[in-house]
Amino acid sequence: MPKPYPAPTTAAVDVAGVTVALGGTQILHGVDFGCAPGEVVAIMGGNGSGKSTLVRTVVGAIAHSTGDIRIFGEKPSRKTMGRVGYVPQRISAASGVSATAREVVSSGLLGGGHLRAPRDARTRAEQTLADMGIGNLASKDVSRLSGGQQQRVLIARALVRNPELLILDEPMAGVDVPSQEALAHALDDRKKAGTAIVIVLHELGALAPLIDTAVVLEHGCVTHVGEPPRDLGVHALPGHDHVHPHDDPHEGEPRLNWEVTS
Amino acid sequence: MSLLTDPLVQRMLLVALLVGLAAPIVGTYLVQRRMALLGDGIGHVALAGVAAGWLAGSWAGFAERDALAIPGAIVFAIAAAAIIERMRSHGTTGADVVMAILFYGGIAAGVLLIGAAGGTNANLLGYLFGSISTVTWTDVWVTVGLAVVILVVGLGLRQALFAVTHDQEFAFSIGLPVRALNMVVAVLAAVTITVAMRVVGVLLVSALMILPVAIAQLLTRSFARTMWLAMGIGATLCVTGVGITLEHNLQPGALIVVLGVVLFLVVSIGTALARRRSRATTSRTVVSS
Repeated sequence: MPKPYPAPTTAAVDVAGVTVALGGTQILHGVDFGCAPGEVVAIMGGNGSGKSTLVRTVVGAIAHSTGDIRIFGEKPSRKTMGRVGYVPQRISAASGVSATAREVVSSGLLGGGHLRAPRDARTRAEQTLADMGIGNLASKDVSRLSGGQQQRVLIARALVRNPELLILDEPMAGVDVPSQEALAHALDDRKKAGTAIVIVLHELGALAPLIDTAVVLEHGCVTHVGEPPRDLGVHALPGHDHVHPHDDPHEGEPRLNWEVTS
Repeated sequence: MSLLTDPLVQRMLLVALLVGLAAPIVGTYLVQRRMALLGDGIGHVALAGVAAGWLAGSWAGFAERDALAIPGAIVFAIAAAAIIERMRSHGTTGADVVMAILFYGGIAAGVLLIGAAGGTNANLLGYLFGSISTVTWTDVWVTVGLAVVILVVGLGLRQALFAVTHDQEFAFSIGLPVRALNMVVAVLAAVTITVAMRVVGVLLVSALMILPVAIAQLLTRSFARTMWLAMGIGATLCVTGVGITLEHNLQPGALIVVLGVVLFLVVSIGTALARRRSRATTSRTVVSS
């Protein structure tokens, strides 16, 4: 009896040659990257490098002009997006009518063909808030929470979906230390459970031990794929130990403003 | 009590109740999206629709020349809402100017068309300021039908509409039909304006959508409770306003809006005082401990 082929490991997300133009300005120039189940990929780069545009394109909030995006091997559709959890950049005072943390997290149970949340939405939302360490804030108005607490609510909204692919856009920006720790803990759990995690970061910070691969963007081009620079600042100096898949004319110049956190 | 057995009074109160319940539903979504003034704009265009319906009715030789006024208003209001929503979702530059032109054009076209239909500006006044004291049973059934549409769609899709108006980018990411849901909000706004036009008139229609939401927001911080409370406040304001005008010779639409503004002021002063008192109590506790 012939030995069966091993099951093909489909990448959770596969981006190939994606080009994005916004208002006539080219933001992304043929970006490639992928993330497998259980892998944590950090998208890094300075301000205006296109890292947020990249993840917003992956989740379908921005249209790409050329290239291909696959989510679990398929073109993004309502069905495939049902397997994705997304944490956008925190928007302060997001909307005109206030909403409770429970309501915001419950909205994470929609989508993937469902316009109404399931019956147990309330319990699941409260449980996920408790997992993020803010179960006591379920009935509070989100716009009156601190930055870190708001961020935890948005992460709970993505996690309540039980996503197989989790995409986070700068989740550490303006977040207090307890919230950073809660986030690192939650991501570690998800990684162990086999969730693919794509995370836009300005600096490695508390998440450094979790990251398998760093994708560095500069002016909308990928300039580095590989091990994340463990020692901060080293990436920018000559003699660092990882491989560049490119010929960078600015090699050796300090250019990434990662802050020293240790 | 004999007043309540009068069929006209019954019709007026029924229409007031339905409009008061329905208008704040869409109002909640509009405030959520920070588009509180959208209702005013669509109302202006709906006026052109009223006049166009009037003109069509007189061309068709209908005995009642305003028979097509409400259908005309619905068509124009939905078209305006759809155009505005498309411009908003495409992020069209100069969209505010286009909107302004649409609004002025609506009022001006309304005045010209009503003249062409052989009517006078006085015929438009009922639509500008409301004319609830002339409702017929046909008007009541049209109002019931449209109010049911608003209640069923606006409440039935509440979770999805909340998701889209609260955080559109997240709504995209979970595969919600964002564009379709945005269009639902726009069309619901247009339908609401046509319904509420009868009670408060085009010029005050937005007040009925926004004021109850603004008052409810002073009292609760939950989205769902804001919507329910706003519906209750809207219905109470409309029925009270119309009820008062049965005894006193006042313009119902204007009275409802003034009642709403007074209630808003009273509640905001009351909540501010309550907050100050609770802060004072807390600081006293801190000092004494």
